Amino acid sequence: MALRQIAFYGKGGIGKSTTSQNTLAALVEMGQKILIVGCDPKADSTRLILNTKLQDTVLALAAAKGSVEDLELEDVMKIGYKGIKCTEAGGPEPGVGCAGRGVITAINFLEENGAYDDVDYVSYDVLGDVVCGGFAMPIRENKAQEIYIVMSGEMMALYAANNIAKGILKYAHSGGVRLGGLICNERQTDRELELAEALAKRLGCKMIHFVPRENIVQHAELRRMTVIQYAPDCAQADEYRQLAQKIHANCGKGVIPTPITMEELEEMLLEFGIMKSDEQALAELEAKTKKGAA
Amino acid sequence: MPQNALKIKDHIDLFNDPEYLEIFKRKRAEFEDMPSEDEVAKQAAYINSVEYREKNLAREALVINPAKACQPVGAAYCAAGFEGTLAFTHGSLGCAAYFRSHLSRHFKEPSAMVCSAMTEDAAVFGGLNNMIEGLANAYALYKPKMIAVHTSCMAEVIGDDLNSFIIQSREKGSIPADFPVAFAHTPSFVGSHVVGYDNMMKSILSNFWEGKERKPGSGVNIIGGFDGYGVANAREIKDIIATMGIEGTLLSDVSDIYDTPADGSYRMYDGGTSLADTAKSLDAKATLSLQEWCTDKTLDYAKSKGQEVASFNYPIGLSGTDEFLMKLSQLTGKAIPESIARDRGRLVDAIEDSLAWIHGKSFSIFGDPDFVLGMTRFVMELGGEPLHLLCTNGNADWEGKMKELLASSPFGAMGQVWKGKDLWHMRSLLATEPSDYLIGSSYGKYLEKDTGVPLIRIGFPIFDRHHHHRFPTLFYKGGLRVLVTILDKIFDTIDEKTKVSGISYDLTR
Repeated sequence: MALRQIAFYGKGGIGKSTTSQNTLAALVEMGQKILIVGCDPKADSTRLILNTKLQDTVLALAAAKGSVEDLELEDVMKIGYKGIKCTEAGGPEPGVGCAGRGVITAINFLEENGAYDDVDYVSYDVLGDVVCGGFAMPIRENKAQEIYIVMSGEMMALYAANNIAKGILKYAHSGGVRLGGLICNERQTDRELELAEALAKRLGCKMIHFVPRENIVQHAELRRMTVIQYAPDCAQADEYRQLAQKIHANCGKGVIPTPITMEELEEMLLEFGIMKSDEQALAELEAKTKKGAA
Repeated sequence: MPQNALKIKDHIDLFNDPEYLEIFKRKRAEFEDMPSEDEVAKQAAYINSVEYREKNLAREALVINPAKACQPVGAAYCAAGFEGTLAFTHGSLGCAAYFRSHLSRHFKEPSAMVCSAMTEDAAVFGGLNNMIEGLANAYALYKPKMIAVHTSCMAEVIGDDLNSFIIQSREKGSIPADFPVAFAHTPSFVGSHVVGYDNMMKSILSNFWEGKERKPGSGVNIIGGFDGYGVANAREIKDIIATMGIEGTLLSDVSDIYDTPADGSYRMYDGGTSLADTAKSLDAKATLSLQEWCTDKTLDYAKSKGQEVASFNYPIGLSGTDEFLMKLSQLTGKAIPESIARDRGRLVDAIEDSLAWIHGKSFSIFGDPDFVLGMTRFVMELGGEPLHLLCTNGNADWEGKMKELLASSPFGAMGQVWKGKDLWHMRSLLATEPSDYLIGSSYGKYLEKDTGVPLIRIGFPIFDRHHHHRFPTLFYKGGLRVLVTILDKIFDTIDEKTKVSGISYDLTR
């Protein structure tokens, strides 16, 4: 099989790293050889696979050794659950330096030093918003072919999903990157599944899977494990297995997204009652004030 | 003293006149707040001490006078060796000015280059528009046959994606859909000019090779690598190809662009490897590189296309050239002709004639990885003894090969390999453990001034001597030229040393 490269993007805190690691743990059960490239300065894209606190990152090790040219692949690549190869780009402390350049440096290093040899899947886990050119590195030509956006029924997650689709669109015509689809991570908001499906329709892509909210995910996470490893027989583990199968079957079926304007997005949110119109919000506020006065 | 129009004093004499010396003295006394002469002398003595050398070698957080240039310089040099090719800096103007001046000061020729002139707004919004307009202008104004884009730091830090930008520029009509644009990401803060050369060479080749089917032939590609003597060495390479009667292509031939005759017409492009030959080079049986560390990725790429590959380490002199010629002969089935064998014989004869003057002399060498390795090997062939061998841009692989080379000959017994060190380290090494001579670029003149070790100028850049690049350094004939350069300095040094007493100030040496 040719090397397949995928990337998970989504708003910060949406459960991107949890979802991606559980999905990859399910993929490895299917006999796939996997490399994870964590592209978030927080470096939490591999902890559930490695069952460790945090992995030493490419950039932290490079800084310790003097330069990235002094690094060896073995220094930065750890082997986790069922042989999954784990790397973390790392990056600067909040407020200093350039995290985007860190992503570029780390990916170049990994590629040049043969980390991509002998794997079936490379998975990038990328910080929420595509804030600068560096975070778009995984969607450049010859990198990820499909992007999976992790989202939920919350307003900001929908905004972020639409923005990421804009980023993909920018690169789609000059390279091969496509939107693989949306993965909805349940937050138990109103009409969440419907909303996710509506957004997918607007973006012209698939709703790949709706992952229900289940406490066992948190239990597993506290033990630095995926659900697949912690409780392989539970229903939630099967949800991730389904998701993994759907992603596996989605090879080459990505689309060029059709992101919508801010107005269209807000209309959609109004329609679903997630967002209120200005008049409605004012009326409610007035009613509330009256009630308080009474 | 007022100037006399019939005999104008230049800066070298003028500023030594008493009134200027008086001004300098007063400036020092009144404005410079310099410590006393005793203090200065004490400190000067201290930085020549062994104690200081240890501190200097333990230095971690600072580089002083690195013996290397940055990636785009190598990329621009590589691109200049192709027919009608315009180097394009995607980044800021000041960077492009440095790349140009660095090459011009060495070759004493113009170094044409354009720049997408990124400023504050491009740093914020990305340089796509600069690329679109830059390519359109460069194509319309300078009518190149190919544009070779490299980047400066700014574009790299913000993560501009050249591939995507160039495709979008084509869509916007900046350049025709089929116009060749090679591109290489060349962050100055990674690697050095030798890496930039490699990146650009690979990019140019893939521009012509990708999507084509290879019809394996019998030709051989030769890549010279980044070379301050590239002008004359390119002619040597082509001479060998012609003399041996082989089907050979020199990839990146700078012999005309950096040595254009003054015939009254300025041209931005002259000579270079033709684009047709570059496209055909895919079919070659093999690609040979004269500088291993200039072509890491390029040779991997050629190999992936099914070519045989081999690399050498700047073959100066006997054994290096022997290996190269034998490989060439083995690949092509052509015998090494008598005329080349006679060149070899002449070099052997010259080495014998001068052996007594070089035997047992120690030499420190600095420069690019392949140059230091090839030069060290040649020095040992001459009977010299390599001492401090320093390479700022050498890697662990280079270090290993250097040690292996030194171990292969008793002349290498004193040799010390200094990987990743700079010229301030070299200063300490020469101050505490001097060699008889130093071989390196013009930057070595400050080491010569401070430590008294005579500098033999061979390497890149040579800014303060003219036309050295018009004479070869590679192979037997180049080896002869290098030998002469070494001997001239040795004899000049001896004359200088003996002329006061007159003892051994001899006519015949």
